[in-house]
Amino acid sequence: MAILQVTKVSKTYKSGNRSLTVLDDVNFSVDAGESIAIVGPSGSGKTTLLGLCAGLDAASLGSVMLVDKALEKLNEDERAEVRSQNIGFIFQNFQLLPTLTALENVMVPLELKKRKDAKEKAAELLRKVGLEDRMTHYPTQLSGGEQQRVSIARAFANEPKILFADEPTGNLDTETGEMIEDLIFQLNQDLGTTLVLVTHDLELAKRTNRIINIKGGKIQEAQNG
Amino acid sequence: MGKNAWVFKMAMRDFRKNFSKLMLFVSAMVVGIAALVAISSFGDNLSKDIDGQAKELLGADLVLGNNQPIGKQPSDSLATDISEEINFASMVAFPATGESRLTQVRALEGAFPFYGELETIPVEAEKSFRQGGKKALVEKILMAQFNAVVGDSIKVGEVTFVIEGELEKVPGQSGITATVAPAVYIPMEFAEATGLIQYGSRLNYLKYYKFPASLPAEEVVKKFEELWEDDKISSTTVENRRNQTGRSFENLANFLSLVAFIALLLGCVGVASAVNVFVKEKLASVAVLRCLGVSSWVAMKIYLLQILLMGLFGSVLGAFLGTLLQYVLPSVFSDFLPVEVSIGIAWSSVGFGLVTGLFVSVLFGLLPLLKIRKVSPMATLRPDGDSISLRNDKLRWLVIGGILLFIYVFSYFLLGGWKFAAGFTGFIIFAFVALWSVALFIMWLIRRFLPISLRYTLRQALSNLYRPNNQTVSLIATIGLGTAMISTLFFVQGQLLDEVKFADKEDQPNMLLFDIQTRQIESVVASIQKRDLPILQQVPIVTMALESINGISRKVNDTLPEEDRRSRGLYNREFRVTYRDSLISSERLVKGELREVKNPGDSIFVSFDEGYASRTGVNLGDEIVFNVQGRPIKTYVGSFRDVKFNQVSTNFLVLFPENVLDNAPKFHVVITKTKNDRQAADVQAEIVREYPNISVVNLGAIVETLEEILSKIGFVIQFMAFFSIATGIVVLISSLIISKYQRMRESILLRTLGASSRKVGTINTLEYFFLGSLAALSGILLSYIAAFLLSQFVFQLPFRPVVKEAVIVYFAITLLTVLLGWLNGSKIIKKPPMEILRE
Repeated sequence: MAILQVTKVSKTYKSGNRSLTVLDDVNFSVDAGESIAIVGPSGSGKTTLLGLCAGLDAASLGSVMLVDKALEKLNEDERAEVRSQNIGFIFQNFQLLPTLTALENVMVPLELKKRKDAKEKAAELLRKVGLEDRMTHYPTQLSGGEQQRVSIARAFANEPKILFADEPTGNLDTETGEMIEDLIFQLNQDLGTTLVLVTHDLELAKRTNRIINIKGGKIQEAQNG
Repeated sequence: MGKNAWVFKMAMRDFRKNFSKLMLFVSAMVVGIAALVAISSFGDNLSKDIDGQAKELLGADLVLGNNQPIGKQPSDSLATDISEEINFASMVAFPATGESRLTQVRALEGAFPFYGELETIPVEAEKSFRQGGKKALVEKILMAQFNAVVGDSIKVGEVTFVIEGELEKVPGQSGITATVAPAVYIPMEFAEATGLIQYGSRLNYLKYYKFPASLPAEEVVKKFEELWEDDKISSTTVENRRNQTGRSFENLANFLSLVAFIALLLGCVGVASAVNVFVKEKLASVAVLRCLGVSSWVAMKIYLLQILLMGLFGSVLGAFLGTLLQYVLPSVFSDFLPVEVSIGIAWSSVGFGLVTGLFVSVLFGLLPLLKIRKVSPMATLRPDGDSISLRNDKLRWLVIGGILLFIYVFSYFLLGGWKFAAGFTGFIIFAFVALWSVALFIMWLIRRFLPISLRYTLRQALSNLYRPNNQTVSLIATIGLGTAMISTLFFVQGQLLDEVKFADKEDQPNMLLFDIQTRQIESVVASIQKRDLPILQQVPIVTMALESINGISRKVNDTLPEEDRRSRGLYNREFRVTYRDSLISSERLVKGELREVKNPGDSIFVSFDEGYASRTGVNLGDEIVFNVQGRPIKTYVGSFRDVKFNQVSTNFLVLFPENVLDNAPKFHVVITKTKNDRQAADVQAEIVREYPNISVVNLGAIVETLEEILSKIGFVIQFMAFFSIATGIVVLISSLIISKYQRMRESILLRTLGASSRKVGTINTLEYFFLGSLAALSGILLSYIAAFLLSQFVFQLPFRPVVKEAVIVYFAITLLTVLLGWLNGSKIIKKPPMEILRE
């Protein structure tokens, strides 16, 4: 049963009279509980594809069905609602809100879902990622690895059906990176979340069920991880 | 938790960390709100006090006035007390020093004022003055000018009085009136003896009435109105005076509020620029929130709520400071106020300040805040993606429309006319567009033509003006507008003063002698010529009234329908005319021709001032009958002249040809030019000694008086300009602090790459020098335009660009910008790069 279905998706950017096609006729699907990696060289269109799959941007052509919703038929605020209910994000540069503490950062998706136990649940998630003594710290007071752990806790907070990760270890040293990878896959397994991750790192990609290779905006091949 | 509760919670969370940055935005508007609240409270209290002290403004229940004796009136029998006064302008001399000056002599009989009192030093002087004898009360400003003390003598016409006391305060008279025409009170019984009550003297007869409390003055006026109108007697009641005073002070309060409003507008620019940077820093967070599923409106509300909170905080602070500030205002305006002003919290003004502050902070904050709606969640993945453009955003145009509407409506209420409001709004738009265009043009110019061969620091500083994150547009707009306002005030003030001094310095007449009787003219001319001084003009003056125009007398005119009726002023006016067959340098023929009278029986063609004719509807060819001392003279309007009334010369609304008025009773004016102040004083002393009825106006002395008046007005203007300057400086500081955040990264990277602190400091200082210079120059240019428009259309003076003040303003603003910029940047330069990179 596909949780994400990408059909004939193209993305073209226009600048004056010139247009640049970044994605061209992309097709693939992801089943619930599956984990996939999108790999490819810089400028190949990986991040654009991730943005379209997660409803962060709209495709120029084609259709993206996410959790049974055709994203191209929704406006930006309706797509925001889909994200709030079903999606978690992990970013290469963590993207924590700088004016909120670690705990408050994790609470945000829970509060958006109007969970009364937002604080307790966020604290529990921070304990899971090993940051129980860092809850009241602001992002600038945390190391890169700690920030990414807060980001992971936030991503899993609303128990998403699907988790999108953009180079989650790209800004971290090898040792911290491995620890973060373990954490993502561990939580993914425990909570049965679908995982779509974009990476340069083939070792990381191999830990997923399937790898989608993209080059020049087209899918080259799909292989098992 | 409801959506709004969550928005509030998120706003509070974010607010904790933003408080200090948002304080910049608060500080920009505090001064404007404080000024607005202070002036509005002051205006409220003043209007209450004018109502409360209305009777003291007039000193009586009713005042009748005429230029000839009023005589017995039917209203006399209704009064419980009556007092009479004759007042006229005349020279008074201080025999002790031989010095003299033109004053307002008031010959008083009776117990006036019935309400309030003549405050004197010593206090008992008022009483002893009324007990009879040759005693005078002299305005304190006059005493001070001639170093006179109580007990000295003062000569009015032929009579010498003892100065019984110094006048501190006269009902209804403000300090500025005393400066223009200081009063000398003498007893009525000696008025005739002064010899000043004769033909040609401009006498004003007043009759003061006190009625029983049960009889309103309005009723009396209603009863005898027609009778008084026939006799050209004017009547003023307490109600009339209250309305008149209230209206003029309402105008003053509105004008001052407008100045405060300009300071607030300047603050609003600061608000918009502070929120702009605030929003810029928040765009990444907004993108994350959007990723997490927050809708665009909810995201905007989080930040709008913070702006609202800070707006409220700023308004409360401003209202508090404004309430404190009104304690200072009565002393600032003391010279202009005819009543004692009380001080207290005017809640309506506080409320007005709060609402205005809240409104402007949201309105001006909204403009940059709208960007938040357009933040794409994709920015989390591509932070340097498309920049947000609001060019086609309808809401943005709606907010801009709202801002213009707000400026228009606000200025409409302050200026009381749609044309003025449109002009004011138009100038604000013009100023912004002009400054904005200047900034864009300079950026384009530098980008296009910056030579690569320039020194590195200079090149960097200039490039910073157009690079991303530059503050060129916002700094030039804010500093430029502030400079424009401040320098316009200086320029106009300077020009008015120069105009008077110019008249004194150039080869212009500088002494006027008037009220010269025909029998005196020859000897006066001889005594001037004896001193080797030129007689520049010798002009006979005949007084007359207009009896009918095209056969319509005043009585007939009153019965005509309103659209056909001429102004009553035309019939009531006492015309002072001269006769000659040629024009003088201050006038120019614009229509018709001057026609001479050669034979008795020839038609008489008179010439009117074009402006006066058009105001009163007089046309070429109209038949006008003048009444010259009881004798009617039929004339026709033969020509119009453009008369420059601001030149030192005798100028007339109506000019007769020669051979018509030769035998009419007349008096004379002589104009001469003295070589220096000493000589002027000598001539004045001699004339006043020999001919006490002749008034002498010494232009040097007028310049002194005018300088004194202008310096008093100037003080008020500068006090008000202070608000603009203070706001300008706050906006400047906040703009610079904001730009510090913008430039921090570049400076640190330069330091990291090995640039010395000195080099980075030089680049920053040069950048601020260019910004300050450009902003000051643009502002000065704008103020030249404003001063030109004001001098052309308001003061009707030839525009002379003021250079000295412009140079001072330029250096002051540029220096201030560089100094603040340097203070601002020095902290970054001194810190280790790592410390800031980690921030």
